[in-house]
Amino acid sequence: MIELASPQAASKFRSEIKPTWCPGCGDFGVLNSLQTACATIGINPKDLVVVSGIGCSSNLPGFIHSYGMHTLHGRGVAVAQGVRLGNHGLTVVATGGDGDGYGIGVGHFVHAVRRNINMTYIVMNNQIYGLTTGQTSPTTTKGVKTKSTPGGNIENALNPLGIALMAGASFVARGFSGDANGLAEIMTKAIAHKGFSLVDVLSPCVTYNKMNTYAWFRERVYKLQEKGHDVTNMESALKASLDWDQRIATGVLYQVERPTYEEQDPAMAEFGPLVNHKLGLSDNDWKAVVQEFM
Amino acid sequence: MDIKSATVWIGGAAGDGVASTGDILAKTCSRSGLHYFAQSSYQSVIRGGHVVYQFQASSEPVYTHGDNFDLLIALNQDSVDYHIKSINKGAGRGFIFNSDKVKLDVSALPAGALAYGLPVGDLTAEFGRNPVMQNTLACGVFINLLQLSWDVFEKAVRDQFGKKKAEIADLNVKVARKGFEYAQSKFQPLKDIVLKGDGRPRMLLGANQAIALGAVAGGCTFYSAYPMTPASAIMHWLAPRSSKYGIVMKQCEDEIASINMAIGAGFSGTRAMTGTSGGGFALMTEAMGLSGITEVPVVAVLVQRGGPSTGLPTKTEQGDLFQALGAGQGEYPKAVMTPISVEDAYFSTVQSLNIAEKYQLPVMLLSDLLLSEHLETVDSEALTNKVVIDRGDVVDSVGADYTRYADTPSGISPRVYPGLEGGQHVAGSDEHDEDGTLISDIFTNPTTRVKMVRKRFRKMDALAKEIAGESFVKEGPAQADLTLVGWGSTYKTLKNIRLALEKEGMKVNHIQFRIVWPFPAEAALKELKSAKKAVLVENNYSGLFAKLLRQETGLSVPHHIRKFDGEPFYFAPLLERVKGLLNPGAPEVQYLVTAELDIPIKRVVATAGV
Repeated sequence: MIELASPQAASKFRSEIKPTWCPGCGDFGVLNSLQTACATIGINPKDLVVVSGIGCSSNLPGFIHSYGMHTLHGRGVAVAQGVRLGNHGLTVVATGGDGDGYGIGVGHFVHAVRRNINMTYIVMNNQIYGLTTGQTSPTTTKGVKTKSTPGGNIENALNPLGIALMAGASFVARGFSGDANGLAEIMTKAIAHKGFSLVDVLSPCVTYNKMNTYAWFRERVYKLQEKGHDVTNMESALKASLDWDQRIATGVLYQVERPTYEEQDPAMAEFGPLVNHKLGLSDNDWKAVVQEFM
Repeated sequence: MDIKSATVWIGGAAGDGVASTGDILAKTCSRSGLHYFAQSSYQSVIRGGHVVYQFQASSEPVYTHGDNFDLLIALNQDSVDYHIKSINKGAGRGFIFNSDKVKLDVSALPAGALAYGLPVGDLTAEFGRNPVMQNTLACGVFINLLQLSWDVFEKAVRDQFGKKKAEIADLNVKVARKGFEYAQSKFQPLKDIVLKGDGRPRMLLGANQAIALGAVAGGCTFYSAYPMTPASAIMHWLAPRSSKYGIVMKQCEDEIASINMAIGAGFSGTRAMTGTSGGGFALMTEAMGLSGITEVPVVAVLVQRGGPSTGLPTKTEQGDLFQALGAGQGEYPKAVMTPISVEDAYFSTVQSLNIAEKYQLPVMLLSDLLLSEHLETVDSEALTNKVVIDRGDVVDSVGADYTRYADTPSGISPRVYPGLEGGQHVAGSDEHDEDGTLISDIFTNPTTRVKMVRKRFRKMDALAKEIAGESFVKEGPAQADLTLVGWGSTYKTLKNIRLALEKEGMKVNHIQFRIVWPFPAEAALKELKSAKKAVLVENNYSGLFAKLLRQETGLSVPHHIRKFDGEPFYFAPLLERVKGLLNPGAPEVQYLVTAELDIPIKRVVATAGV
């Protein structure tokens, strides 16, 4: 058990802007848990950068007191990696939704996972496109009727945790926004993890997803960590990622230590955070490089 | 009278060693103090296809890769068959080839031309008959025919193989010497061509290397890209020097990631740049707008090639002007630079990085395959590491009233880098207020929208002022009978045309645009309105720059010479067309085609390049 920071401690991450999400939206829980997790770790808001894509959930950077970027649909993870590579002294958290990260941005997601840049990616997975008023998403259950699939969705839902595991993730977790403390604990572990961490959050859309409601999830979620789950066992993690219809695993599915991108990049390993580098070419370097071209 | 330059072609299939043969001869020339300009006409295949590497070496400055050849090193039969019609007239002009494999009908050659056939098998028997030995042997012959320095050549060979492969270097030197001596005993050097270097070794590079070097010298520490011809050489130059200069070279999953990562790095306070060709740039355009509205600086290099779609993967074109000008949805301030030479590519890269950070906007740096991939000698004094690195208005302490997007008179709002207490804000892709609040989250206030758009566009006024006087170069007399107009890579060809016409006693001047956005409308109008006769030369079909010029100045240039066959302008045919403009009734628009490279397609091309 992690001793979580108090709401008062977490309040330093509160921004002046009130979230614009629908009352009851799962994303409120995600925001609160993220603020608690950051306070628990003891991050200074000036050293935190929260980067999002586009969608309801991607408005989150505006609601947390830190540096942030609100970017393009699907591109938040790419921008966030750039922020972290530009200054790896910063704590970088990317946030977004299932359409953003598993639909239009799925390419960036997979490659970010395999790179193992030390950052956290939180996906508020509500299995629907909310901001565009209710079309099917990559995680919409097969058969579900949405505005764009009036006869029922005929595509299979994507398994983000399985994809992350197969892409070589060093940290994969799932949380439920109806369990604030459990989610804050997972996020704390994710942000503290050295390497790329994925937290897929079951975050109900109370307006457009009438199937995957809080009640629906409450009947199914269980905590892996209470079942003696071995987080270093890939097979058990994959098995847990396949849970869905009957029961849904939450908690850390997989966590191993691997060298981060920052540790292995030749320039960053040699010089430290890019942002502090001395710029330009010295006279000696210049002489040598001119000779190279001779 | 002595001719001070030689035009040489090396022909073969991809995989025959055309490029490495060219490299050795290039180094031999540049280190001898000669001037050198090379262009490779190659195909999008790794092995096979037909490659023609063309270069001009001269005792005097050269501006193009030349026209017809004096000597052609033919590494295969095709090179003889295809190019026999492109030989220059004159004694000793001819083909250097492996007579064991390649047949040449001497009677097909013009008077005075020669077949420098080499019995490669016999000559290399003692060395073990490696097929690439024909290249080395031919180099030795070439050095002798043009009376270049054997010592300089030998060192170039040794340097190419390096100390680690000293044995192979030794072998190649021996083989080349065999060729050199064979030529000495069997052939006469070309008497009328005298290549005399001034003894000053010169740098040898193309714009891709100049851009990479400019990036490092200009303080860029993050370069992200996805491989794409003809921009990849920037990546290739930076990657092995990453830990030396402290620059991260990040190969990404696609160009969308490349530019978005560069923007992320820019937000963190790192000088960041990305680069690609037209297809990749098309994927980047949405993020150009992201840079525009979030005011996070980024530089994107766009090395144009023949389009549309994957088009001509290994051919040159100036076809992406409007793609750059119109990149992305909506309106945002931006700058578009079109460097005109290798030297200018170096300085333009530094300038792009400065403009991007000073004005907090995206800068597009347009090169093309010709400029980026050709190779030329550059005086080392023409470049310098003493360049200004201007990070713009970045503050390292802020008061309680700090707002990231403050509506300042200049439109430039002081930046902060993450990590600074009190500077916390969100850089928003949605329209936002001065403090970064997304206005779409509260109420899309029309007044705020107007204020913020105006704030961003105000930056263009200061930028336009800063670059006034640098947008184009003008050479030749103030008033002339003919004005040559171009943009980007055509500069040196047009300079060559001007100098040639001047020699013939004509009054010609030349205007070449190197920054096309913000467009220097007033200055351009002033120059061109008074031109007696003007011709706009560009490497595309529909006259993109002509359209831009008309849009911005209302001015229509009366004559246009264009080319969209994938090859750059060749000097002699262009000169002829330009001269023709002086005749009454000269056409308004005319197109050039390099018919010399109109060779039959015999084989199925196996792999498409990216």
